[in-house]
Amino acid sequence: MNSSPLESIPVGREKIRLLESKSILHRRALLKMIYTARAGHTGGSLSCVDILNVLYNHVMNITPENFSELNRDHYIHSKGHSVEALYAVLADKGFFPFEALDSVETYGSYFIGHPTRRVPGIEQNTGALGHGLSFAVGMALAAKMNGRNDRIFTIMGDGELAEGSIWEASASAANYRLDNLVAIVDRNTLQISGRTENVMAMEPLDEKFSAFGFAVREVDGNSISDLIGVFENLPFEEGKPNLILARTIKGKGISFIEDQVQWHHHVPTDAEFDTAMLELDEAEKALGD
Amino acid sequence: MSENHLPIGSTNLDIFSKTLMELAEQDRDVLVVTSDSRGSGKLTPFGEKFPGQIVEIGIAEQNLVGVSAGLASYGKKVFAVSPASFLTARALEQIKNDVAYSNRPVKVIGISAGVSYGSLGSTHHSLHDFSVLQAINNIDIVAPADNFETVQAIRAAVHHPRPIYIRFGKKPMPDLHAPGTHFEIGKAIQLTPQSNHYDVAFIASGETVFRAYLASQALAEKGITCCVLSLHSIRPFDEDAVLHAAVNSKVVVTVEEHCVNGGLGSRVASFLMQAGVFRPLRIVGIPDEHTVTGSQVEIFQHYSISQQGLSQTALHLLEKESVS
Ligand SMILES: Cc1ncc(C[n+]2csc(CCOP(=O)(O)OP(=O)(O)O)c2C)c(N)n1
Ligand SMILES: [Mg+2]
Repeated sequence: MNSSPLESIPVGREKIRLLESKSILHRRALLKMIYTARAGHTGGSLSCVDILNVLYNHVMNITPENFSELNRDHYIHSKGHSVEALYAVLADKGFFPFEALDSVETYGSYFIGHPTRRVPGIEQNTGALGHGLSFAVGMALAAKMNGRNDRIFTIMGDGELAEGSIWEASASAANYRLDNLVAIVDRNTLQISGRTENVMAMEPLDEKFSAFGFAVREVDGNSISDLIGVFENLPFEEGKPNLILARTIKGKGISFIEDQVQWHHHVPTDAEFDTAMLELDEAEKALGD
Repeated sequence: MSENHLPIGSTNLDIFSKTLMELAEQDRDVLVVTSDSRGSGKLTPFGEKFPGQIVEIGIAEQNLVGVSAGLASYGKKVFAVSPASFLTARALEQIKNDVAYSNRPVKVIGISAGVSYGSLGSTHHSLHDFSVLQAINNIDIVAPADNFETVQAIRAAVHHPRPIYIRFGKKPMPDLHAPGTHFEIGKAIQLTPQSNHYDVAFIASGETVFRAYLASQALAEKGITCCVLSLHSIRPFDEDAVLHAAVNSKVVVTVEEHCVNGGLGSRVASFLMQAGVFRPLRIVGIPDEHTVTGSQVEIFQHYSISQQGLSQTALHLLEKESVS
């Protein structure tokens, strides 16, 4: 499970297919988690899980073996409510057994509804939005101070971008020329109350982040091959922090969950869960051999 | 469940949003300001009915409070509604300077307060709000116990001349008060008959009050008499009521959905000490530790904020008292 030879497979059709199949596994695991716990953030976990998959299984130098070391890549889950996606990817990576996830959100469990450092593989406690980027700036700056080029990755929600602290962090990332910082926006266009553009208009996001000094790239954040492609070009520009606008679909992968505002924290019923699992079986078959 | 002994009402959250609709109907200057919190605040119907009286800020709690203060300066009656945890931590400086210090009478409404968010964990819990706000001058602090107290507190808040913070949770609450009960911000309500001899004084606030009340009923069956105070206002602090309860009791138990440091219990203890009233006292709340994972009820039970836990706490205190 954890000693997958994925890293050693050259990028190509086979690797993409393997990662796509992992995404399906992650989706199954996270839905089961939410279904079992009767709680969770379904839509946002499904929208960012492909990015996490590519980061952990292709891009970042983070393993259960090197996790206790400082000199490696780092990941901060700024949109902490989508913890189920992170739990699924970390379990698959071998940080803890999948069975541990049966206890998510139960009495006395360390697996709560947001990331905490009590869980192996998690680097920082998050859940209040708008904190991850500042923390990542601090890590990226410290790595540079130590003469290291460890890369710091973080995923933020698009609704989260309304927090002023994001823009304070952005200014400091550019000021300190942190080209080892990779900020990713899960641009699923939804938050709790509706469309992000109706709740608080933030477009044009690319121009805003560019103006703050980021090198900005856009990508289909649910396409494994597109994601692999964009991360290949890091850093996008020397001396500039990296910003990836990942166009995603909230609830991606399950037809009746996709792009539905109420699925932010809706929990599947028995019937919905069964249908979702069937859809994932179909998706698995469609991958072919 | 033990709640069965009392008639169950609505959630204080539902009552809050219903009351706000009534107020907004009568007064076009009543405004609601939200931070992607209209759903969590049960304010979607409000937004549909009074689109001109709701201001959406997005996920930006500091801006929420700052903008609310500015709106209030124009005489608007502003209810700034967001989870208690984010309002009183992230936007604390805006509450301190723009609202309290500058005396802009914003009604700061902390929803899903205490450990209402259960297993979502510490980022979402507000176990610090009584403490930090008590250290800031010029903002009243109210934690209603039931639907009646919630309606009254929200109505009173509209014309309240000072900044006010009101916090509550999202579980249905039993009705505690007889019809016609008098409510006033800053005046505690006694739930048990008046007397000059109690064994135990329970001084509680918010959604822990009914649990203290149930404990008092269980103790009554053992012949132990209790005074139960709903101290809905942490500030203004009702010195007379607390003094009466403590002076006439053998032991004092305070109960709150808050950290045991700096909240209701600390306030009661420091007041009684300085008033020269020395009683064996227990502060029941969430201890200073990494809060256990669980639902609100599981967390309460874990830390003895339950009928059984509170009865036992009172009994132990009484035993010790009779030995000494
Ligand atoms: C500081 C803060 N305010 C409010 C919340 C409550 N909250 C949790 S998720 C969420 C919506 C997030 O929307 P978005 O960032 O777009 O995330 P996604 O669509 O990826 O789920 C809100 C308001 C929070 N967790 N932290
Ligand atoms: Mg979003």
